[in-house]
Amino acid sequence: MRLLAHNRWALAFAALFVAIVLLCLLAPVYAKKIAHTGPNTNHITETVSVDGKQVDVVSPTGVPIAPTWKGRFLLGADSNGRDVAVRLLYGGRNSLEIAAIATLLTMLLAIALGTLAGYARGPLDAVLSRVFDIVWAYPAVLLGVALGVALAVGGIDLGLFTLHGGSLLIPAFVIGIVFFPYVAKPLRAHALSLREREFVDAARVEGRSPLQIMASEIVPNLASTIVVFVPLIVANAILLEAGLSYLGAGVQDPNPSWGTMIADGIRLIPGAIHLVLVPGIVLVLTVFSINVFADAVRDALDPKAALRGRL
Amino acid sequence: MASVPAPARVPLGALPIVRSPLARFIVRRLASLVAVLFTITVLTFLIFQAIPGGDPAVRMAGRLATPQQVQDVRVQWGFDKPIYVQYARTMEKILDGGVISYSQQINVEQEIVRDLPPTISLALGAGVLWLLFGVLFGLLSAVRAGGWLDRLLSAVALTGISMPVFFLGAIMLYWLGYKWSLLPLGGYVPLTSDPWGWFTHMLMPWVALSVVSIGVYSRVLRANLLDVMSEDYVRTARAKGLSERRVLIRHVLRNSLAPIATLWGLDFAWVIGGGAILVEAVFDLGGVGQYAAQSIGRLDVPAVMVITMLVAFAVVAIGAIVDVLYALLDPRVRLS
Repeated sequence: MRLLAHNRWALAFAALFVAIVLLCLLAPVYAKKIAHTGPNTNHITETVSVDGKQVDVVSPTGVPIAPTWKGRFLLGADSNGRDVAVRLLYGGRNSLEIAAIATLLTMLLAIALGTLAGYARGPLDAVLSRVFDIVWAYPAVLLGVALGVALAVGGIDLGLFTLHGGSLLIPAFVIGIVFFPYVAKPLRAHALSLREREFVDAARVEGRSPLQIMASEIVPNLASTIVVFVPLIVANAILLEAGLSYLGAGVQDPNPSWGTMIADGIRLIPGAIHLVLVPGIVLVLTVFSINVFADAVRDALDPKAALRGRL
Repeated sequence: MASVPAPARVPLGALPIVRSPLARFIVRRLASLVAVLFTITVLTFLIFQAIPGGDPAVRMAGRLATPQQVQDVRVQWGFDKPIYVQYARTMEKILDGGVISYSQQINVEQEIVRDLPPTISLALGAGVLWLLFGVLFGLLSAVRAGGWLDRLLSAVALTGISMPVFFLGAIMLYWLGYKWSLLPLGGYVPLTSDPWGWFTHMLMPWVALSVVSIGVYSRVLRANLLDVMSEDYVRTARAKGLSERRVLIRHVLRNSLAPIATLWGLDFAWVIGGGAILVEAVFDLGGVGQYAAQSIGRLDVPAVMVITMLVAFAVVAIGAIVDVLYALLDPRVRLS
């Protein structure tokens, strides 16, 4: 922690990330008070006054207005005449929400299964390790697209709860599954070495059950590895969400996310490059600041951990 | 006749053919390849079976089909059979080379063979680029660790890692393609018909695909180099009076390349197997990855199965080749 506090760059980028998150959370306020429109409201036939002149929001040839740098259409409009700035904030909310839920799911799965495999050893470990290997070897984008398309078509019915096709939880669920072996494998290896330590023997002699030992002795000692992986998974989850949405297997229209916004912009090239640049730059800034912070955390806690991003 | 020995279980290593380490290694990798292919195909088949509304017969019969027509398609394609029979039949056709896709009803394997040239071009060019620049940047970073060059290269690497490839691709297409008309706007030209056209068409995809990997490789190599530099034998080499360049290349770099070689094999195989879906889609290369994306979108199970098998095969095969090469280069590495 002391090392971390001394890294000024890491702190500056952590602050930038927090600022982006706060802005996205304030999306409804911006939409209501400043832009006076919602993320999915079309203004395709309207005009807006720029420097005293009335300008079409979307020109007769279908080219949307570029950034006005004013309250309305601050960052321009998209081809449906929707306010890009408003969609950027709402889209950021969706992207970050998906990344957060996916990371939570990845960490829970990895901690539970990794600890179990490492502590139990034997046949259970063999089975779980093969499961990690298979999910890990299955190309992330392919698995994500397959699952995303599969679930987006008809939703999923898990008995206890049902997800509809357009639910944000579907990409979050897919990304969580895709990334969990990256964390479960190192956690398993770590748990495997921890179980031979004296304090674990002591707990066993005390007569505590394996579950209690895992919860109170093993998992707390995995904390440093877990902390190193959290920012890396968040960063990669944001990137994978963008990739899935670009391929139509992530967030479903008209719900915005940074990935779907970039994809919409690419379809309009060379018409309105701001539709690609605005969400793209914000996405890169967000992921970059998480990565800088993750680097600093890793240097401070565990110089050897690494996650391979394959997107 | 009395004393014919029962066919005892012979451990693999006892057979004379599999006694050499290389042969044993290959046998073991082949066994794991079969296991991986089996699980991955079963998994793929199950995922697509579980899709609600994914009944292929309904889609194939068309929008205005009567229930009777749907039933006919179902019987004709064997969708009425139990799932394990369907799986076995599909696998049989795949291994025969005669598997037909659901959506376009064309031979899947021929389609993939047609899509391979752009994908292989992409993998080769990008693989060379990211290995070259990854090693160069990693080496420079480690030699100047803590200095301004290290910081600059680290920032560049982190930016690369933080960039979605399709965003980078779109920016390049817009400026290099539309604005300045320096490079063609996507598509693929075969090397055999027009080498220069092939090169200019592939340039942007190569760069877009390698940027992320250059970032990853240079970071991994930098960390490895710094680890190795603190080893005793490096101090010994310096103490012997070897030049700094010789210590760096012969003693430090050579011993830091193992993880890079493994990573490279995996990533290369993954591109060959159609894993570069995003890059192929942005630049409209028409390769295996794009075929994969289309097939998944159409819920075309046979095509998706063949592509996942191709990826798994490429990953295991190229991984094995990298391991063998590495064992040849580094006497400390054993094939096990």
